[in-house]
Amino acid sequence: MIWRLAPLIGFVLLAVVLAFGIRLSRDRVPGELPSVLIGKPAPEFTLDGLRDGEGPVSSTQFLGKPWLLNVWASWCAGCRVEHPVIEALARRGDITVVGLNWKDERGDALRWLAQFGDPYRAIATDPDNRVALHYGVYGAPETFVIDARGVIRHKFVGPVTERHVQTILLPLLATLREEAGS
Amino acid sequence: MKHLPGARPGGARSHIPRMALMFIVALFSTLASAAIEPLQFADDGERRRFNALAAELRCLVCQNQSLADSDAPLAKDLRRELHELMRSGRSDEEIKTYLTDRYGEFVLYRPPFDGRTWWLWIAPGVLVVIALAAVALIVRQRRRLAGTDTRALEPKDDEEW
Repeated sequence: MIWRLAPLIGFVLLAVVLAFGIRLSRDRVPGELPSVLIGKPAPEFTLDGLRDGEGPVSSTQFLGKPWLLNVWASWCAGCRVEHPVIEALARRGDITVVGLNWKDERGDALRWLAQFGDPYRAIATDPDNRVALHYGVYGAPETFVIDARGVIRHKFVGPVTERHVQTILLPLLATLREEAGS
Repeated sequence: MKHLPGARPGGARSHIPRMALMFIVALFSTLASAAIEPLQFADDGERRRFNALAAELRCLVCQNQSLADSDAPLAKDLRRELHELMRSGRSDEEIKTYLTDRYGEFVLYRPPFDGRTWWLWIAPGVLVVIALAAVALIVRQRRRLAGTDTRALEPKDDEEW
């Protein structure tokens, strides 16, 4: 009797394992890696600014208010996709939007901004991946949410979407406001 | 993994002039050497150590390639970092900790044996034991049957086959 049920039992077990795997991967970008830096202080940096007349950009100058570190490049297609969302976030005003121009050429980056708009408070340049490496960046776009005390609270891998903003970022900003008030 | 310059929908057609084809071939030939970079090693020992480490670390872009195999730009950056860390006198363990502190354990091709990964390590052994037990069981059953009268194996009328 038990031997006759063996194929059925095997099938059910396999189905459960596969269903579990599908559930796990439903809300994830394929190949996405969880960041080990969440809850840790954001690595400090001081880098050259991208734009004409923009002095050095330092991570410490954004302390005191939540800020977004958006890793982008002119060669990155996903950055173009998320750009309207980043611009809308910058317009909200409750979070400082900082750009990290990663592994890019200055001329290309400036042309990209002229074409698609420049929502950034400041843009640091990291052409040789010296700083992004400390943030565990392994592609673009990636976006870090850093709180007023300089601790990394969330990381988006891939383009930030309106859905991410509604379901993750805005609730997180509300939490950060509560923390600051208490 | 990457889009090659010159690749286009429809592919190369026969009416493309021979010069253009040769130009495309020449383009690709530079790609083949792109992974070779001028890292300086003091001696063969240092080179061997570098290669051994790079083979044990995973490229985070092409996730099924090691740092040694991949010519993704990020893998190149990480090889440079690895080289600099070695030059600054850090041990293999310190270098691995440095990288896992930034990229997570995923960067290691060989995960550590701990509370979360123990089942990953013992699963192959357990599966082999289960498989051997199943084979032993079947063999024993067949041997027992072989010793008995085969007429007992013929289907009976009340069986549902």
